[in-house]
Amino acid sequence: MNAPRYSGVAIGLHWLVGLMILSSFGVGLYMVDLSLSPIKLRLYSWHKWAGVTIFMLVLIRFLWRLSHAAPTLPNDMPRWQRVAAEASHYLLYAMMIAIPLSGWLMSSAKGFQTVYFGVMPIPDLLQKNKELGETLALVHQTLNFTMIGIVIVHAAAAFKHHFIDKDDILRRMLPGRQKSPSPTSINQI
Amino acid sequence: MMKIFVRTFVFFSVILAASVAAAVDYGVVQADKSTITFTSRQMGVPVQGRFPKFTTHIAFDPARPEAAKVDISIDLSAIDAGSGDANDEVVGKQWFNVRMFPVANFTSSAVKAIGAGRFEVTGPLTIKGKAVPVTAAFTFKVDGANGIFDGGFILKRIDFAIGEGPWADVSTVANEVQINFHVLAAAASTKTK
Repeated sequence: MNAPRYSGVAIGLHWLVGLMILSSFGVGLYMVDLSLSPIKLRLYSWHKWAGVTIFMLVLIRFLWRLSHAAPTLPNDMPRWQRVAAEASHYLLYAMMIAIPLSGWLMSSAKGFQTVYFGVMPIPDLLQKNKELGETLALVHQTLNFTMIGIVIVHAAAAFKHHFIDKDDILRRMLPGRQKSPSPTSINQI
Repeated sequence: MMKIFVRTFVFFSVILAASVAAAVDYGVVQADKSTITFTSRQMGVPVQGRFPKFTTHIAFDPARPEAAKVDISIDLSAIDAGSGDANDEVVGKQWFNVRMFPVANFTSSAVKAIGAGRFEVTGPLTIKGKAVPVTAAFTFKVDGANGIFDGGFILKRIDFAIGEGPWADVSTVANEVQINFHVLAAAASTKTK
């Protein structure tokens, strides 16, 4: 039997990564249309540093998830919802890996190495190549909009469970003391 | 007596002429095989750029480096600063202001050997109307009929007001810009005969 709640580590990483993703997405959207200025250069660097950090945190999350099973879904949940939940979680993990990678590759192809916190150079896998850089920029953008679409569905589903179904799906990802499981949410023998 | 003077004079003149004739003057610059590149740093990120258009006049004999002369003029409007955005930006008023100052110039005032096949050239570098003395170390290698000069120096962009206003902040774009040159010059063969 799985735990009724996510572990503290999983909860912490979920919200930390979620917050970083939303901030980086916002910064990314804003910075691309700025005309060249010191602020723009700074935002680009911060965005890249955040991307590298998110990538590493996601790897930790992924390893944690492999070794710590997620709590099971309610038994009365329709099959299509289980499938949708599974699929969107896999897709989100795929996006969280693919997006920083595409950003790093794009940056290399555009001729700008990623230097973590301005001190730790991350090797360039690609040579400078204008066309490839533009293609990768489109890939990075498309992946991001896809991810934000899934995040919206993900959050909407969580709210639906919380406010309409009134189950524990959202609560088990919220920080706080472990509540004694309510009789309705646990499968009694 | 007069004859001896004349003879001695002729003798030394011949010796001098011979030594000049033996000198190899590397002065025919091959523009297509020569490059001037630079590395700027933005937020700690090294960005490669280059000056694709420049003219160089060199008179260099490795045996007499102190007699060498170098003159380099760079067409700044052709600058490649590493990206389209940057290229549009750096020709502008706050950077090179190429409309007012289209050319950067370096003229050597002194060249000296510093040992181990290395040399040092000093002279005023003029960019954006500001002349600042710079010193660049370089190596010289003979490759067949050509001489190859490889060297560089660190340019401090603020000395020339390259990057004014918000760009004067060196925490975003570093003050130090590494300039590297690779110049290939053929020997001027006329003097050797």
